[in-house]
Amino acid sequence: MFAFAIRSLAQGVLVLVTVAFIAFSMFRFVGDPVVNMLGQEATQQDRQELTERLGLNDPWPIQFARFLGNAAQGEFGVSYRQGRKVSDLIKERLPATLELAVLSAIFATGLGVLLGVYAAINRTGFVSNVIMTTSLIGVSLPTFLIGIGLIYIFAVELRWLPSFGRGDVVRLGWWSTGLLTESGRKSLILPVLTLGFFQLTLIMRLVRAEMLEVMRADFIRFARARGIADRSIELRHALRNTLIPVVTIAGLQLGSVIAFAIVTETVFQWPGLGALFVNAVQFADVPVMSAYLMFVAAVFVIVNLTVDLLYFILDPRLRSGRRVAKGH
Amino acid sequence: MADMPSPATPDDGIDRRSAFARFLDSDLFFAFKSSPVAMVSFVVSVVMIGAALLAPLISTQNPFNPAELNLMEGMTKPGTANEFTGKSFIFGTDPQGRDMYSAVLYGTRVSLLVGAASVLFSATIGVFLGLMAGYLGGRTEAVIMRVADIQLSFPAILIALLVFGVARGIIPPAQQEGATLILLIVAIGLSNWAQYARTVRGSTLIEKGKEYVQAARVIGRSPLVIMVRHILPNVMGPVLVIATINLALAIIEEATLSFLGVGMPPTQPSLGTLIRIGQQFLFSGEWWILFFPAMTLVILALAINMLGDWLRDALNPRLQ
Amino acid sequence: MATGDTAMEPVLSVRNLSLEFVTRRGVLRALNEISFDIARGEVLGVVGESGAGKSLTGTAIIGLIDKPGRLSGGEIWLKGQRIDNIGHDGLRKIRGRRIGMIFQDPLTSLNPLFRVGDQIAETVLTHMPVSKAEARARALALLTEVGIPAPESRIDAYPHEFSGGMRQRVVIALALAAEPDLIIADEPTTALDVSVQAQIITLLKRLCRTRGTSVMLITHDMGVIAETADRVAVMYAGRIVEIGPVADVIRQPKHPYATGLMGAIPALGAKVQRLTQISGAMPRLNAIPAGCAFRPRCTEAIGKCAEAVPPLVPVGATSARCWLHEAQVERSASHG
Repeated sequence: MFAFAIRSLAQGVLVLVTVAFIAFSMFRFVGDPVVNMLGQEATQQDRQELTERLGLNDPWPIQFARFLGNAAQGEFGVSYRQGRKVSDLIKERLPATLELAVLSAIFATGLGVLLGVYAAINRTGFVSNVIMTTSLIGVSLPTFLIGIGLIYIFAVELRWLPSFGRGDVVRLGWWSTGLLTESGRKSLILPVLTLGFFQLTLIMRLVRAEMLEVMRADFIRFARARGIADRSIELRHALRNTLIPVVTIAGLQLGSVIAFAIVTETVFQWPGLGALFVNAVQFADVPVMSAYLMFVAAVFVIVNLTVDLLYFILDPRLRSGRRVAKGH
Repeated sequence: MADMPSPATPDDGIDRRSAFARFLDSDLFFAFKSSPVAMVSFVVSVVMIGAALLAPLISTQNPFNPAELNLMEGMTKPGTANEFTGKSFIFGTDPQGRDMYSAVLYGTRVSLLVGAASVLFSATIGVFLGLMAGYLGGRTEAVIMRVADIQLSFPAILIALLVFGVARGIIPPAQQEGATLILLIVAIGLSNWAQYARTVRGSTLIEKGKEYVQAARVIGRSPLVIMVRHILPNVMGPVLVIATINLALAIIEEATLSFLGVGMPPTQPSLGTLIRIGQQFLFSGEWWILFFPAMTLVILALAINMLGDWLRDALNPRLQ
Repeated sequence: MATGDTAMEPVLSVRNLSLEFVTRRGVLRALNEISFDIARGEVLGVVGESGAGKSLTGTAIIGLIDKPGRLSGGEIWLKGQRIDNIGHDGLRKIRGRRIGMIFQDPLTSLNPLFRVGDQIAETVLTHMPVSKAEARARALALLTEVGIPAPESRIDAYPHEFSGGMRQRVVIALALAAEPDLIIADEPTTALDVSVQAQIITLLKRLCRTRGTSVMLITHDMGVIAETADRVAVMYAGRIVEIGPVADVIRQPKHPYATGLMGAIPALGAKVQRLTQISGAMPRLNAIPAGCAFRPRCTEAIGKCAEAVPPLVPVGATSARCWLHEAQVERSASHG
């Protein structure tokens, strides 16, 4: 268990350092930070001073080490475009994105597993066909169109729900939440559905496919030959084996929910990190871009560690460290 | 189970029929004929691709040549006659008097172009790297597969955005608009190659162990020849399936980038750009400016997706 | 053993069982008019090449035929109760309770995520009115009986913590858990190391003998049959071509195919000589020739073999399906 955790952790750190290197390279290759910060009109004198102060004359390994150190403290410098500290920008927008992403993930995973199991067990039924067809349409529907469609129905035509923004938020220290006010909760509904829908269809199809695969396994056949009740075979034997691969992929999907939030946030003008990032891309605002990249990588690593841990709980083959008795 | 019958015809060893005749009798073609979903999505895909290719011939105007636009004809509802000129437009017009039907045709063309080119790009990279990884093994394999893992763990849209953002910073602003098309193809291509690499590596590992490859090695064929002539044809099935499904994904990815404002510019719009523009008119009631590009995108992506989905099932009978 | 004992009803009686697969290229007959009995405590060996329909027969008896396969005729009787038409739930109550099954591969027969003791207890609880504690006690007893060392500590182990041979012992314990009347063992040792095969067969034989459980032992290994079975049925292309007491079939096979099979057993102490082998391969289901299916490979084929399928008739101590014994065929026809 301990060795396993260490290995996962080491892999996570490796990914973070790799991504950090990409983020760091962006600073070096994209534009000239000095020009970006001082503008075209600055004097030669000013430029040299800033270059020296930023340590841009040091050899790159030293610069990279400094970058890593700063990144670990959440410092990515100052946004070229907004002139504010990137760490402040991120802190301000983090709660909006996290609230949206976590709720979407819960919605997508919960309903996705339920519908997927149902479609696998009742393979040929009418409801299953409806579920599978809807899911295929869901995969082909771009997220932004789902968002626009929902806005059109629920905001423009029915006028039930707001079409943009977070509504009223309550501040809890540096965190802000929309969950405590009615307008905040109402504002969350459409973005959560939009962001969750794609993941929902994906998880549903995955669960169904995995479950059908497991249902063909020898041990399921053997369980049938032992006369075990169908319900027990499906919900005990098959489902538990299904969940192992599902946990991995659903976990990775959870990470991508954060990134997919880019689109949803743009559609709903949601004041989160994704919208910040799209803006940064349009203007090649490197500090924001690299900070966002590091943020996504960190989420990815954390999710991965959690998935590994869950694996451990679900699969006894890992728990005993692949120790297989020899001899007969 | 060993007792399951094989559905193949009895063979005398040699099939003397033509390739086309064999195709018509193949399980694949039979599955195609007996699947209405496959046939409908195939026909829809072919019609839409054909319409996009023939856009200059079947459109009523070049919607991006300002000389052909008439401002008086702006904001005409679909199917109704314009109050000044009396002309009617099946998909309506936008505020500049641009015929949405023509705009959608040209937009589909751009979307398909970017989609197809990026699929070709990513498939080429992916197949090549997958072959290398599977055939050469060792450190080459380890490095390629680690990079593929990283690519797969980040959503394509994020990678494409990053590539795009970096390029924005490098390319001088004056040349940016002209380079957008290429940039999109590269950005989308670079965000989708890993799946090919993984699949091809897996198949290569299996093929590598087979006797015909061993034989080719023994008689001294070079690794490159073995990879291209012997292994490649055997891994093309899954690659075709991935490419079909990826075409739909690439079209959606391009539309998403354009929708976010980092894709095709309004002067040379794709379906995504048209949707971005049309969204502004949603609240004021001019629904058609958004609706027709959006429906075209959905139907196109859905048809190709269903075709790919069916192809995957048909080539993998276990899942049926 | 119990053969010919008319006073006692057979445990299993299969009558004219046929099974077909409906495919788009037509209906394929995989089993044709299969008939045999298994008496109480008897071990019936079923041999034949892969694809002959051995496993399919076992699967059909227990009602686990998957689509597109379906029974197209015949009857299956278990201790006087017809079981081929009793529906899904009726069959489920028979599976495990009255017919136990052992599959080829012990590595994949057990659910990897459940402790072996729980899997045995689950089977016991499904079929018997006992408490959880009693079921666990029974699981422990069974593990002891199948020879798992230190069963008290192994009962809570997971399948991957056992070796192949030990896993197959667990599978046997599972098959015996509810004291069935019949065990269908489908190639129970094929996936195991040679050194373990004999142990597993001996164990299975001993456990079934002490309980009076009948066994249908499906294998392609004539050596196992020779040591274990009381009677043997030889299958070819979906039909039984010869059936009879094991000693007679081995010493004096009547069907040329059975003769060929027996030629493939190495005899201990015999002078070093080449083992005979049957040339050619068994036909595919969609290309079974008219008449006797074995004709294309048969060295003794006569004109009649191409015309009609020979009936299964008694020839000496066994019954065979071959025109070479036409005298018997005709006699049996005139007698009844």
